[in-house]
Amino acid sequence: MKTTNLTGERIKQYLDEGKRFDGRKPDEFRKISVETSVSKKAEGSARVKIGKTEVLVGIKMDVSEPYPDSPNEGKLMVTSELLPLSSPRFESGPPRFPAIELGRLIDRGIRESKFIEFDKLCIKKREKVWGVFIDIYSINDDGNLIDAAGIGALAALKQVKLPKYDEKNEKVLHGEWTNKKLPLSKDIPIITTLYKIGKNIIVDPTLEEEDVSEVKITIGGTVEGAIFSMQKGNSKKISIKDFHKVLDLADKIRKKFFTSIEKFLK
Amino acid sequence: MSAVKEFKRPDGRKPDEIRPMEAKVGIVPNADGSAMFSFGDTIAIAAVYGPKKMHPQHQQNPEKGTLRCTYNMLSFSVTERIRPGPNRRSTEIGKITEWSLDPVVMIKKYPNMVIDVHIHVLQANASTRCAGINAAALALAHAGIPMNDIVSSISIGKLDKQLVVDLDKDEEDWEEGEGATDIPITMTPNGDITHIQLDGKINSKVLKEVIELARIKTKEVYEVQKKALKDSIKEIK
Repeated sequence: MKTTNLTGERIKQYLDEGKRFDGRKPDEFRKISVETSVSKKAEGSARVKIGKTEVLVGIKMDVSEPYPDSPNEGKLMVTSELLPLSSPRFESGPPRFPAIELGRLIDRGIRESKFIEFDKLCIKKREKVWGVFIDIYSINDDGNLIDAAGIGALAALKQVKLPKYDEKNEKVLHGEWTNKKLPLSKDIPIITTLYKIGKNIIVDPTLEEEDVSEVKITIGGTVEGAIFSMQKGNSKKISIKDFHKVLDLADKIRKKFFTSIEKFLK
Repeated sequence: MSAVKEFKRPDGRKPDEIRPMEAKVGIVPNADGSAMFSFGDTIAIAAVYGPKKMHPQHQQNPEKGTLRCTYNMLSFSVTERIRPGPNRRSTEIGKITEWSLDPVVMIKKYPNMVIDVHIHVLQANASTRCAGINAAALALAHAGIPMNDIVSSISIGKLDKQLVVDLDKDEEDWEEGEGATDIPITMTPNGDITHIQLDGKINSKVLKEVIELARIKTKEVYEVQKKALKDSIKEIK
């Protein structure tokens, strides 16, 4: 059930006084926990919980032909499925927009940061490169799946061990791993989403808060202040003044958010 | 603005120079409203059908109408053929277009109805979503859909450290220095942002400059749109 207008009004009233239903401050995240290597079959995996929201991220690697415009670079593919299991709002069938949006937001956050060093994932120019497949599944949706999926992808990427590759027969030996890690750069892309509700800007919304927010802005960037990707969501407009507020807050939030998840990215 | 004088754009434009824009409304006689908008070689057309009864019925919203946008690139609009039909990118851009138009369309007037906006890119040389949004806004106005404003879209780019306006494909693939950052932005004439996306590398300080530049440049787009609408009325007379 979608959040009622009445609840929405109350959420706004509370926020105007700087309060939220669960007692958090506007710029405060719920408790974040990350469990890595949750799958024995995946090359890397993570289970992320933010409050009651939970996602599962798994990474598989495979060898295939490179894209013609990047003949010596590995490939990245991020997909997400919003499982009917995780919310009464999700239905089975082909992916609808929210699932596509989630996948693409994480895809661009990671791709544009050049976090994965794709040039090191080439086996044979124009013929064989490694592909990184990041798959995101929602387990429980209580708001802010995007940020949860972002941490999940980072934590899982850090875990990845390359599978063995039989060069003679040009075949991946699935299920056997080398000790080689995925080549990653220092620029860790932190994906955070800021939500505008009435006059207020908050982070990590619950499902109710997400429902009543007018504008959301997802930003991928580093703690040092570089921004790699951004997308505004939802169908309301935002003034330049508020947009500046979002940018300033996002710079702060990324630092804070990173401190709380740093330990999971070892 | 960090204006480096000797900066050369691949096609010789000035950093803040938009490619020649063309706009025309009423290009699809069957549609309730239609328009073409182009930035140089990038050409988008849009057609509006509706407001009409939403079908299937269970998708009807008794509180307000629905704006439904689809974005599509013709298979031969780019160098290498794209497989016809929707893909993840086009689905996203369709939704982004809806979001960029929603704040100005008075959709509340049409409960249980849908307004369909079909956008097709006939020829692509980057900034296709911006051209698409501009065409869609025109088509909606041409269809006589009540709107409290129009929106205008432009892509701002950062090539290495230089800000430029209206990226073309060569610039999108810019690799020198910090590479290319592509920032499509849509604004109302008042300077409210209805859409922003970003890919590349930038910081908040420069991004604020980008917004300011977009504010100035969307006004130029707006003038072109306004003229196209006025011209269409002249033709009727």
